[in-house]
Amino acid sequence: GRACLSHTEPRARDGRSGEEEEEEEEEGCYQLYPGHIPTSPLQKALLAAGSAFMALYDPYRHDMVAVLGETTGCLALPNLRDKMKHHPEGYRILQERPRIRLSTLDTAKLRGLPDGSLGREYIRFLEDNKVSPDTRMPPKFVDDEELAYVIQRYREVHDLMHTLLGMPTTILGEVVVKWFEAVQTGLPMCVLGAAFGPIHLSAQNLQLLATELAPWAIRSGRNASCILNVYYEQRWQQSVESLREEIGIFPPP
Amino acid sequence: VYQVFESVAKKYDVMNDSMTLGIHRVWKDILMHKMNPSPGTLLLDVAGGTGDIAFRFINYVRSARERQLQRKLKHHQNLSWQEISESYQEDKFKSLGDSQVVVCDINKEMLKVGKQKAQHLGYSEGLSWVLGNAEELPFDDDKFDVYTIAFGIRNVTRIDLALQEAYRVLKPGGRFLCLEFSHVSNPLLSRLYDLYSFQVIPVLGEVIAGDWKSYQYLVESIRRFPPQEELKAMIEDAGFLKVDYQNLNSGIVAIHSGFKL
Repeated sequence: GRACLSHTEPRARDGRSGEEEEEEEEEGCYQLYPGHIPTSPLQKALLAAGSAFMALYDPYRHDMVAVLGETTGCLALPNLRDKMKHHPEGYRILQERPRIRLSTLDTAKLRGLPDGSLGREYIRFLEDNKVSPDTRMPPKFVDDEELAYVIQRYREVHDLMHTLLGMPTTILGEVVVKWFEAVQTGLPMCVLGAAFGPIHLSAQNLQLLATELAPWAIRSGRNASCILNVYYEQRWQQSVESLREEIGIFPPP
Repeated sequence: VYQVFESVAKKYDVMNDSMTLGIHRVWKDILMHKMNPSPGTLLLDVAGGTGDIAFRFINYVRSARERQLQRKLKHHQNLSWQEISESYQEDKFKSLGDSQVVVCDINKEMLKVGKQKAQHLGYSEGLSWVLGNAEELPFDDDKFDVYTIAFGIRNVTRIDLALQEAYRVLKPGGRFLCLEFSHVSNPLLSRLYDLYSFQVIPVLGEVIAGDWKSYQYLVESIRRFPPQEELKAMIEDAGFLKVDYQNLNSGIVAIHSGFKL
């Protein structure tokens, strides 16, 4: 829906031309979800270019990778949303809008699950790599509320991808996951990440990537059904192996 | 406003250079030339956070002082040895000649960045840092020779109070100088400027500082700020005389000046 929320400081009482005030009102009226910053096409283009540059220049700027994804996803995101709509499980996810957050996960219960189960391995992944699903950036520049959820879901499912692919959060691991995601989602950000991420790799890792890991990731990505169509929260008990088979991910080398 | 500058402090200088393509340095240099401080001047730089004005002031008086000393030395060529040794004991060869600048800012983070910069660039003498509010300055009456506020006054809630405080702390004969974004009257330039401000600056803020909202606020606060004539009237209301302004870059920036007489 269209919420007329002002996302700026209180307006001035004087000193501003009528034209400017109109422009302000227009932008403020289009805040579609909390955290949404409406942007013009020019701004999106500048953001895409700037974030791409900054993400390469300073790899620790994860926020730039997120922004790049949002500003370039205008074709891929509707595509993904449609895939979800036409799949029974995906459709349910779009309706129910589940979020993966530490506050909603029962970590004790997940830890108690048998080894090899999705829940147990996911928690193990989070703990081993010292990451949390809560650090995923909420979307700001996506101009459609449903698509904003789609990209949010993609971000939150990313850690599960690591778990299913068996990849750690090292640069090499991240690049492999990006290759998989690039094939799966078609998001330009994934493609760019997959293509340019290897810049930071050592020669040895580069070779490993090129000869074994990337081809496997691509094959799996092609073979697998859409990863956003899996209601992970209802499958914690399922074993990682069986879930892999069901989705179509080949066992990691 | 406080929170805006808390997050903005560390990237402040980088953002300034990016947003203004380095031109802000020229503006500040022009301000310093207009001030033309002689050695022995006591300057209060309000909202001076990261020290740009303060460092320029020190450089300026330092070179003015050097010229002064050189002239003195030339004059001293004809003195006797006794007179020369006496002049050393006078201890008048201070490199800044008793000039001092006090940097006052309401935000701790900005002051912290400023102090670090000073250390890094080697400024120590004649420089002090004070936490304070422009609307209620922690200084006595009639203390300073010059009061400057560069790109700070538009962030003050009660500009009239800040102007009154400026008047209070200046010595009789003291000068008030304000460097601030102002209004562009040329319609074509105004549209280009608006386009740049609203389209590019928040993007720069997001990419460089990871902070769209603060820079959106910045651009909006510039639009809300009183134009040249209105600010001139406000300065006159505070008691200043001979108030005048100089537009830089067709009004993108203006320097307002007034005297306490």
